[in-house]
Amino acid sequence: MRINTHDFAEQYTLLECIQCGRCTGGCPVSIKTALNIRSIIYEVLVEDAIDPSGMAVLWDCTNCLTCTTRCPKDIKPADVIIGLRGYIVGEGKGVPPRVRDALMSAFTRGNTLGFAAEDREAWAADLDFEVKNVLDEGQTDLWFYVGCTPAYDPRIQPVTQALARVFRETGIEFGTMGMDEFCCGHEVRRIGETEGADSMVEEYHEMLQEFEARRMVTVSPHCFNAFHNEYGEMPFPVQHYTQLLSDLLDDGQLTFRTELGKKVTYHDPCFLGKHNQIYDEPRHILRRLPGVEFQDLDRSRERSVCCEGGGGRMWAEGTNLEERLAHQRVRDAIDLGADVLAVACPFCLLTLEDAVKILGLEQQLQVMDIMELVAQAM
Amino acid sequence: MSDLIKITIDGRDTLVRRDTTILQAATDLGIEIPTLCHHPALEPYGACRLCTVEVTRNGRSRLVTSCNYPIREGIEVRTASDRVVRGRKMIVELLWTRCPDAAIFQKLAAEYGLEKPRFEPQEGELCYLCGLCVRICDEMVGAKAISFVGRGIDREVGTPFFKVSEACIACGACEFVCPTGAIKVTDVTDKPVRPLLLDFDMGLRGRGNIYIPFPQAVPNVPVIDRDHCLHFQADACGVCEVFCPPDAIDYDQEDEFVEVDIGAVIVATGFDPFDATQKPEFGYGHYPNVISGLEFERLASASGPTAGKIKLNGKEPKEIVFVHCVGSRDKLEGEEYCSRICCMYTAKQAHLAHDKIPGAKITVFYMDVRAFGKGFEEFYDRVRAEGIIYRRGNPSEIYKRGDKLIVRAEDTLLGKTIEVPADLVVLATGVQPRADANQVATMLELEFSADGFFAEAHPELRPVDTQRPGIYLAGTCQAPKDIPDTVAQAKAAAGRAIVELSRLRRERETA
Repeated sequence: MRINTHDFAEQYTLLECIQCGRCTGGCPVSIKTALNIRSIIYEVLVEDAIDPSGMAVLWDCTNCLTCTTRCPKDIKPADVIIGLRGYIVGEGKGVPPRVRDALMSAFTRGNTLGFAAEDREAWAADLDFEVKNVLDEGQTDLWFYVGCTPAYDPRIQPVTQALARVFRETGIEFGTMGMDEFCCGHEVRRIGETEGADSMVEEYHEMLQEFEARRMVTVSPHCFNAFHNEYGEMPFPVQHYTQLLSDLLDDGQLTFRTELGKKVTYHDPCFLGKHNQIYDEPRHILRRLPGVEFQDLDRSRERSVCCEGGGGRMWAEGTNLEERLAHQRVRDAIDLGADVLAVACPFCLLTLEDAVKILGLEQQLQVMDIMELVAQAM
Repeated sequence: MSDLIKITIDGRDTLVRRDTTILQAATDLGIEIPTLCHHPALEPYGACRLCTVEVTRNGRSRLVTSCNYPIREGIEVRTASDRVVRGRKMIVELLWTRCPDAAIFQKLAAEYGLEKPRFEPQEGELCYLCGLCVRICDEMVGAKAISFVGRGIDREVGTPFFKVSEACIACGACEFVCPTGAIKVTDVTDKPVRPLLLDFDMGLRGRGNIYIPFPQAVPNVPVIDRDHCLHFQADACGVCEVFCPPDAIDYDQEDEFVEVDIGAVIVATGFDPFDATQKPEFGYGHYPNVISGLEFERLASASGPTAGKIKLNGKEPKEIVFVHCVGSRDKLEGEEYCSRICCMYTAKQAHLAHDKIPGAKITVFYMDVRAFGKGFEEFYDRVRAEGIIYRRGNPSEIYKRGDKLIVRAEDTLLGKTIEVPADLVVLATGVQPRADANQVATMLELEFSADGFFAEAHPELRPVDTQRPGIYLAGTCQAPKDIPDTVAQAKAAAGRAIVELSRLRRERETA
């Protein structure tokens, strides 16, 4: 496989690159693997053609966006990685097997996790009320887009249920697409399958014709980023649940009763933070929780570090299995003396909780979604 | 004539006003009497009794406090007789016993030849009840937030019922006037205390409310900061007026607006330094040992806050990292241009650091070194020859590990991501148009170029002219430039102005 570098460089405005090194210098995985986006860009600039199929390091990228936020020339190195993955996925050679499986599952079963499409509503089975189907009703106040991991993963299902209970308790009329909901295409796009992700966007826009809603909320920052930034014009505002909860607290619609008695810190998910500058709302919620002493990690907000769960990395292990950023993140939380490392993203929750288990620190630190803390305090 | 009476101090006859004090009369004669509770702006109090003198009247002599003893016709005062010195020595010894840790008494004790107090010292006590804090708060500030509470030996300074004071305005006068550091404004109030910082020293040192803005200020005289002055804000205080020997304080002075007819204007309004908090990845404003180029400049200056010693919190950094191009060549922050001064000022600062801290490990991160001026490349060579390491690659992340900062970058020549430990990081902050450039532009009808600086009439042929005849540009208001370029442009602007003025004069003469 050979890519014409002249066209590629033009498409991604790489000719403006001054090789300052800020992209790789900030890249959280560049310290542990050979991934060097600056030198990849250089290769594109000076060679007539390149062959990405052998570049295993392309699957190290988490799409955390650090490189893009640091580039002084407004080039988007994170997009360059996705572009190069696109060629690999297009040819099929060099695609990690689990990435291949995730893609196949996304298109055949509507989720990236290999579960049956019919089981998409399983998360709601334990609820003591029925969740409406927006496609049947034709209209709703709030369309709740559940998302694949929140719908299927047993560790995340309680988060999803807790959010549904908040809707219920605060009197928000809401509905989902039931088992007609499918993958939003966010990770599919990150993997490089742009056309496939575009087809999902099209399909959703057709389904959106079938009902009216005033707003929509997602559990995952990844789904939020898709609908917010990659779906063109949406008929209603898209919110991450932390934004909604922050508003509900300010309006006095959501109140807390139970003292938690915990010292809590917070890990910024990349797709809330760096991608969408949602830094304040999650902290606003944490600070309002009764009996919670909140303290930020030293590296937080714009300076936060990725958990290594994004950009398709839930299915691609990367080239360095020994050192994981999540381990350092967990150690930082322990050093701070936190009882709880709070997150607001299913992928962060899974990767950081894995890290706590591998490091044998379950007695010292709990990884919890903000939603779970909210449920405890209600 | 009847107001003046005759007294004798240390054998010298003098005529004094009836309402003055012995202390004042002696001071006027140049005779020094020690005192620990006297303040010229406050009513005499007689608490410390250190100003004791011997007064002889009608043949009888006794020891009295000179700050508040009423003057009478014909008294004879001795300020340093044996009896006086013995008395003072006793007072010093007793005060020192009460406040053994107060530096002021340790010094006085040494002066009076005392080695250690005779009595059991009262460990930890700093207050000797001079009442300066109480009196200044009452008489000058007018807040009456603190007073003496308790009786006899239980007497102490405090707020009513020892509660956090609502009356306190957190002015800090009590803390300022206290000779031993016994009272802190934070003991009195939980209102936020905002120290006044000297802008010229980049806030690295505090200043008084009356201050000279910077060493080369024109005119080189003190100014009163009206926004923080108690007198202007609350019609209180007025201490400075009492204090100032040549009576220079004039509270009624107003800003004057002067209209002058002129034939030419040279705009030389300068630049603003880039605010590095806009680049959160460098941790500026978050880590105290990440500083801007201008802050380093003050640290390295002999007239700066550390008298030229490169120290932060009293500690000398051993590993120093300089970072080029912070807020320059950066589309994200709207500074697309090269600031043109940072490469060379960083080289100079690295050289200064090398010079002032022997053995310091100094690393400069750069993306291109632009040493374009006369002698610049030679200086760059010299700095590298001193052992300063230049690494190619612009850092992208600064964080803490233990008590070190870690500067994370890619060394692009190695193609390797690296972590460089540092005690001090200096950001080579760039040049940007002044925040108030719009006001000047509106007033003078100037145009901007795309970079936000004032536009010259033609970039090659009319580089100091503006589109408006008679208005010329000099210095960084037109574009980033260094000192030699600024001087050259300023001289060119002056030349253009002289041509214009001559033309106007000729026109007037031939008219």
